This record gives sequence, C-alpha cells and structure tokens, in this order.
Amino acid sequence: MKIAVCIKRTPDSESRFRIAASGAAIDDTGLKFDIDDFAGYAVEAALQINEKAGGGESVVIAIGPDSVQESLRKAMSMGVDRAVHLKADAVPADGIAIAKALAAELQSGGFDLVLFGKHSFDSSSAVVGTATAELLGVPCVTAASELSVTGGTGVARRELEGAAELVSFPLPAVVTIDEGVARPRYPSLKGIMAAKKKPLETKPAQLGAARVTVQKAQLPPERPAGRIIGEGVAAVPELVRLLQTEAKVL
Amino acid sequence: MLDFFNIDSVLSEEERAVRDSVRQFVDEQVLPIIGHAYVEGRFPKEIIPGLGELGVFGANLPEEYGCAGLNNVQYGLIMQELERGDSGVRSFASVQGALAMYPIFAFGSEVQRRTYLSRMAAGEIIGCFGLTEPDYGSNPSGMITMAREQQDGTWVLNGAKMWITNGSTAGIAVVWAKTNGDPSDASIRGFIVPAGTKGFTAKDQKGKLSLRASDTSELVFQDVHLPADSILPQSGGLKSPLMCLTQARYGISWGAIGAAMACFEEALDYSQNRVMFDRAIGGFQIQQVRLADMLTEIVKAQLVSLHLGRLKDAGTFTPQQVSLAKRNNASMATDVAREARRLLGANGILAEYASMRHMANLESVYTYEGTHDVHSLILGQAVTGLNAFK
Repeated sequence: MKIAVCIKRTPDSESRFRIAASGAAIDDTGLKFDIDDFAGYAVEAALQINEKAGGGESVVIAIGPDSVQESLRKAMSMGVDRAVHLKADAVPADGIAIAKALAAELQSGGFDLVLFGKHSFDSSSAVVGTATAELLGVPCVTAASELSVTGGTGVARRELEGAAELVSFPLPAVVTIDEGVARPRYPSLKGIMAAKKKPLETKPAQLGAARVTVQKAQLPPERPAGRIIGEGVAAVPELVRLLQTEAKVL
Repeated sequence: MLDFFNIDSVLSEEERAVRDSVRQFVDEQVLPIIGHAYVEGRFPKEIIPGLGELGVFGANLPEEYGCAGLNNVQYGLIMQELERGDSGVRSFASVQGALAMYPIFAFGSEVQRRTYLSRMAAGEIIGCFGLTEPDYGSNPSGMITMAREQQDGTWVLNGAKMWITNGSTAGIAVVWAKTNGDPSDASIRGFIVPAGTKGFTAKDQKGKLSLRASDTSELVFQDVHLPADSILPQSGGLKSPLMCLTQARYGISWGAIGAAMACFEEALDYSQNRVMFDRAIGGFQIQQVRLADMLTEIVKAQLVSLHLGRLKDAGTFTPQQVSLAKRNNASMATDVAREARRLLGANGILAEYASMRHMANLESVYTYEGTHDVHSLILGQAVTGLNAFK
C-alpha cells in the first residue's frame, strides 16, 4: 500500500513559552522541536499497516523552512521510505492554505491512504487533514484510534464521549490519527544512520492564500499558588467544605 | 536537559538524534522502574530486548556484524544517557559492547565474529569479561588463571575471576588467562567460554551497597575443557584486555556525566520547589554556590569527553587521555552526586530520589576500570616519564 503521512514539526509541549517580539507568535528561541505527537502516531500507523501487509511504500511530507528536514529524517529513521519537503519560510496559520499545498503534492502521487495527526499541538485547529480530503475529493475519517485496511476498504475506530464507533470507508482516503493507534517506536540507531541515505526531495510549497492570520498571542494567566489546608484526616472536612463552597466542584 | 555551553550546536544532527532516541528510551523505560530494581538488588532484565532493538550494544562496531556503525561521540552520548538512568544499566551496556563484543571483533576469528556479534548486538546473547581476580585487581599482570593447550589443540582452563559484571546473566564469558604454565603477562590470551560449560560456575556477589541494579559475580573455572576454536586468535599479551578497557573507560567518562546530569537536574528542580523559611531554597546563596559548582564541573567534563571522542574518531587518542577523562569525570560525578544529595536534605536519602542511588553507584565507577589512584599514576608517568608502579 502506498501511504503518505503529513507531519508537522512543533515545539516540545513541556517547554516554557514566551511571546515573540511581534506579539503574534511564540518565540522559537531555545525551544526544542520534534514531530508533533499525533503526527508521530500517524507515522507509526503507516509503518504498521505496511509491515502487516508485508510491503508497500510510505512517504512523509512536511511544510516549512529547512529545519523541518530534521523531522522528516526522524520519520525515515523510524522506517518511512522517503520524504518530501515542501519548502516555505513559515507555516501559515490558515489550515486551508496549508491543505492546498499538500493537495497539490498528493493528488498525482497515487496514494491509497493519506494520514495526519488529528490536530497539531501548537495550533489545534484540526483543519488541514479534513480540508486536504475535500480538495482531493476523497473520504475523510477524523480522530481514528484504531485503523486497519483490507483490500480496498479501511476500518477505523473513533472514540466518542462515553462510546466508540467503527466506521468503514473506501480507499483512497484521508484519516486523521488519535493516540491509541500505536505508540510511536523509538528511532533505532541503525535507522538513524540509514535515514541519511534515504531520498529527501525538496520543492517549493504551493500554499494557498492565507485568509486567517494570528493577530495576537497570549500566554495563559499564571496559576495562583496552591494552598495547604492542613494535614491528614483532620483536614478533610475543611477540604470538602472549600471544594463545595469555593471551588464549587462538589 | 542541561546544556549550558550549547554543546548541541557542535553535535551533528545524527549525533543529536542518537542521543535523543536513547534519552527518550531511558525516560520512558528505565527511570520508572530503576529505583525499585535498585532497592530489590536486581538488574532489570526486562529492558534488554528494548535496548537490543534500539541498537545500543556495540553501537560503534561495524554494520556488517549487525551493529549500528556509529562514531565514538554517538557511542559516548549513548553511555551518557544510559547512566543518566543508572550506572548499572550503563555498565551492562559497556560490558556487552566494549568488553565482550569488542574483543570478539578485535581479536576474534571471522567465524567467531559471525557467530556472536549480531546476536549480541540484538541482546540475544549476553557477554561478560573476566579479567580481575580475587587477588589481582589493579595488577592484572599477576593473574593466576591458566589455560593449558592439550595435544589435540583443545584447552583446559583453571582459575577464578571476581567482580564480573553480567557474570551470572551472561551466555558467554570472554575470559583472560595465562597459557601453558608461562607466568609472564605476555602469555595472556582471551577465550570464549559459554555458560553451562562443565566446570564453569558463576555465583552472584551478595551484599553490595553500590551498583545494586547490576549483576556482579564470581566466576570459577575448574578443569574447564574448551574446544580449540574457543581462543581469540589475534589476542596476545596483557595489551589485549587493556585495549578493551580503554574502550570501556572511554564510555565510562561519558557515562559519569550522565549520572552527574541526573543529580544536577534533580537538585535544581528541588531547589526551585522546596520552600524553607518562606522561600525556595534555590534562592539561598549556599545552594546557589552548590549548584554553580556542580554546573561548572559538569560543563568541563562534557567538553573533555566530547573532545576525546573527536580524537578517538580521528584515531589519534591515547590511553593516557582516556585515563584523564575517566579519572576526572568519575571523580566529578561522585562529588556532584554527593552535593545533590545534600541539597535534597532528608529527602535525599530516599530511593524515590535518584541522587543517593547515583552517589552509591559512582563509588564503584570511581573504583572500577582502573581506580582513580591508578589513573593518577598513569598520568604521573605520562608527564614525568617515571613509572610509579616499578
């Protein structure tokens, strides 16, 4: 099966963030970037589907400046066969503009399956996967926590609030991946060395016009300091009282 | 993770990728279990398959033998990350790679290489290294273990080895013995002795207060018959096992940095969160001096090992330079671990925190693979030209 995985490179979610001088973005200085968590699950899902089938090809695609090549190579060190870097100075905030560049790359690729993370940690818009499916004119399943393919049909499990559903769909299709599919494997040391020799193609990203832009970025308000009510059993009545009257969660 | 001098900027992408992959493995697979394993006094064998899959064993040996073919800086970074978990885990990998796989690679026949190396890289066969004897530690040339060649070319081995990491876990022991009654160290040769060979027993040494998450054993060889092809054909003299130790010591110099980093990070975090006299203790000058000293020594050690790795990759490093790095970094790490433990106050004596575990481990690291004192004498000889051993 020919599978494309579109990944995003995002900062480590446990970083201490600062707002950039522009006031409309995060300051990248000192941040450690990696494949976004959900995109990592998508890479693992692609590898497992082809391993189970005993063959196939997987291609990883990312948009951004040259630094995204490090993440593309990481995906190849996990086992992806080749990479495409769609070069752009920055990743726009408009998911549809991104989707247009991806669709332009994907439409002639003959992919059976195109995988995305269900959303990216840094923008959380969950637009790019669905918009790409629409532009390609193929079915789209979002937030799949399990994914299997038999013949020309895919089956995905989706976790809902208090329930789950199984959906089936014909290929080719776009699926956005939730955690639960499979924990991404560690890049093996041999894989890291092999990734250097795998093909990485660079071409300009044909981004659509960005109609959505970030005007202002803000950090969440500082959490007030915690309060110690007391210790041991003696503190329980006061804790319960405060949870009822002050926090109003009981 | 601590990188005060932005050393990442002089590492290649592949070097950082290797470090990060092992770092993630240690964070997710080692740190959650190692405190318990240490208290229970057991090596966590459950991590062996994962380490094999990752490719850490003999990672700087060539790909044609199933190894990763990494450079020596990458290898060092692996050791750093493993010892950030625990010195016992790093010791396991050091012994497997530098002391069991390396001699088979460097002194073994092509058949021996093909038989063992790829399976050892995968962690399917565990190796140990038998050099030290009960009465011959710093002075291995005095060893009394003896192998005698029989008329049919087979060998009979007699003797005992002590302080052998992985001894009871190992499927094969690389054993160093004098040969054919010759008491000089020029007669020392290496032998591959499979576990289960009649007359070969391995018994764990009990009662350790250091390296508790590591198997340390005594090996006994009583009329052990070995086939002719058990000898490492290219081995010859004490120089052969010493070459292995140079490889392992190089890794130890990096490993000690990892242990020190773990202690520093723990101490730093604690200093920012532990409140005493209504403020974080990190705000007190006495703790800031402590942290500044720890930080400074770690950065210096990082630069020493990195430069040594570059020299090793260039093929120009000397065993004396390795002695300097091992001596400095192991000693530095024992100091950092002790200061971290002190900064943690009473909490610092609990297994829930890592510093005292590292502190106890590092006493072994300070002592093994050439004690701190012996390395002092090696450096003394290197600069004066005068041999303090004779």
